[in-house]
Amino acid sequence: MLHQLRSGRSTVAAFVIFALLAAIPFVDFEIPGLFNGPLNGPGTLQLLALCATFAGVALSYNLLFGYTGLLSFGHALYFSTGIYVADILLTRYHWALLPAIAATFAAGIVLPFVLGAVSLRVGGIAFAMVTLAFAQAGSILVLENPGRLTGGEEGLGLDVTNLPSFLIGVVNTQYLYWIALAYLVLTFVICWWTVNSRPGRVGQAIRENERRVEVMGLNPFAFKLLAFTLSGFLATLGGIVYLLLLGGATPEVTTANLSLALLLMVVLGGAGTLWGPALGGALYEYLDFRLLKLSSSSEIASLPGWLRAPLAEPLFILGALFIVLVFFFPGGIAGIAGRLRRRPRQQPTAVDVEVQPEVAQ
Amino acid sequence: MSTVVLLLVTGLGLGALYFLIASGLSLTYGLMRVLNFAHGIFLTVGGYASWWIAVRLPFGDPWRFLVALLGCLVVGAIVAAAVEIGLIRPLYRRHVEQVLVTVGLALAFTALVQGTFGPDPISYPAPSWTQGVTQVAGANIPNSRLLAIAVAAVVFLVLSAFLRFTRWGLIVRAGVENRAMVAALGIDVQRAFTLVFALGGVAAALAGALGALYFGNIDPERGTATLIFAFIVIVIGGLGSFTGSALAAVVVGLLQQFMNYYASVYWGFSAAGDLSVVLLLAVVLLWRPQGLLGRSVG
Repeated sequence: MLHQLRSGRSTVAAFVIFALLAAIPFVDFEIPGLFNGPLNGPGTLQLLALCATFAGVALSYNLLFGYTGLLSFGHALYFSTGIYVADILLTRYHWALLPAIAATFAAGIVLPFVLGAVSLRVGGIAFAMVTLAFAQAGSILVLENPGRLTGGEEGLGLDVTNLPSFLIGVVNTQYLYWIALAYLVLTFVICWWTVNSRPGRVGQAIRENERRVEVMGLNPFAFKLLAFTLSGFLATLGGIVYLLLLGGATPEVTTANLSLALLLMVVLGGAGTLWGPALGGALYEYLDFRLLKLSSSSEIASLPGWLRAPLAEPLFILGALFIVLVFFFPGGIAGIAGRLRRRPRQQPTAVDVEVQPEVAQ
Repeated sequence: MSTVVLLLVTGLGLGALYFLIASGLSLTYGLMRVLNFAHGIFLTVGGYASWWIAVRLPFGDPWRFLVALLGCLVVGAIVAAAVEIGLIRPLYRRHVEQVLVTVGLALAFTALVQGTFGPDPISYPAPSWTQGVTQVAGANIPNSRLLAIAVAAVVFLVLSAFLRFTRWGLIVRAGVENRAMVAALGIDVQRAFTLVFALGGVAAALAGALGALYFGNIDPERGTATLIFAFIVIVIGGLGSFTGSALAAVVVGLLQQFMNYYASVYWGFSAAGDLSVVLLLAVVLLWRPQGLLGRSVG
């Protein structure tokens, strides 16, 4: 993946794909079955923008899980930090947009840095549980609604008075779509650059064998903290985009289910690759949306009860699909694509990391 | 004074539920380094199975509850053994994939329960005795708390005796210590693991039924919600340490109850209990990353 992306052909491919995606608001034909209404209709653009946002957030999580081998169950915390900090500053304190975004940026760096420094004191499974606990604290805090700041269970609608007019209203959905796409491109480029940088390579070495990195005289903690902070920051950016896109915050984004969904997205696409998690994030979000629509459709309602109950729950289908995926396609979409494309003498790609046997303890 | 006694007993009751979930989690982790993210579904299975049985039985309490309890334990053991044999064993030693599969299972199963029985809590047909109160040192203690404490104490003693005095217990303890050596001596650690997994399922199912009495209802989300605190408990107690998880469960339960009560009385802030538990976790990690009774870093 890595050396392929470096080659000119992949760079051109990336340019072409993102340019095509950027042109979607100018295209008005319909794709029946995939989307309701024309491609540049507000509903479709909103869905595509959501897909792009989650593609970016999945990429940020992939930096942690796929490229550094850190299994975190608390990534939703940093995503919701972006959503709630920006929302509270704009809506409750009536800040202007730019200062609010700047302050959210700061929160998106400080919070993962501090919490990462604590949780990285343990490794492996304990790390997973500790990140889960911290994210749960954030979720509880949002639901508790201290000082009536977060809106509790109701969520907090975004006050748009301080926002520029092109960000408001259904007719301007294309601008929000471009912002979401820009976020995805930015995250993609940062991840690409990070993965190929020296700290990024140390991160991948930590994933493979942390002890060996230590023996070579490097301090794994510092590199892991760097990956954790950068990944948290990119998720926070995604949170801001999500807030603008949906025009408000709901407490569901803070829950463990969102962290788990991010894990699903990354594994679905193929952990430790660049295109995979982006594709996985977009596909997951699309499936989630469509399955929810499907669950309230008349076809499902006419099914017998024992079949209706599972099919009406998107999470059941996604969870079951995920189990099948882990068992039979451990490399995700990128792994399948790699297997189809791989010629006999080509060397294996980074996708195979997941299925490598664990080093004996 | 009576408030303190009440908080003490309800805190111990909550700790009892945490212990019942954490004990299985801690032992499965200790033996096979498996983080079972689907452990919460055994709690859900216990709650819903005992409810399902209880509302169908023709006779009244206390036998109705006891039969339902026994039934849910059997169901818990079967479901746990099935999960271990069907989903976890094929991925032997591939720890990350084992976690991923249990994550998928937890999501899918919770969604399935929601789809089948509805997303809202269902009120639980609790026996009348458990809904009453008992006077302890001037405080009116709900009997469901006392029951949870008594059952958890019995489970602790039985499991301790099992680990201490039986051959299987010896294998489990040795396996936690050094699995490779036990396997090299020709002992089937995998079978011991299935046993421990099923026992953990039984304990969690027990927690599901007792939790239904404790909260007065069953809820599809409770398994996951309680599991998060069980995770905190086993990290604080020391991963793989059975006694450590019991100790940490008591500490966490008490801290949560006391902070919840006093913070909401004095500051009107009712989430303080949950938050202080997370804070305790952070403090323990900074001071003793291996946990209270753990030996090596996870």
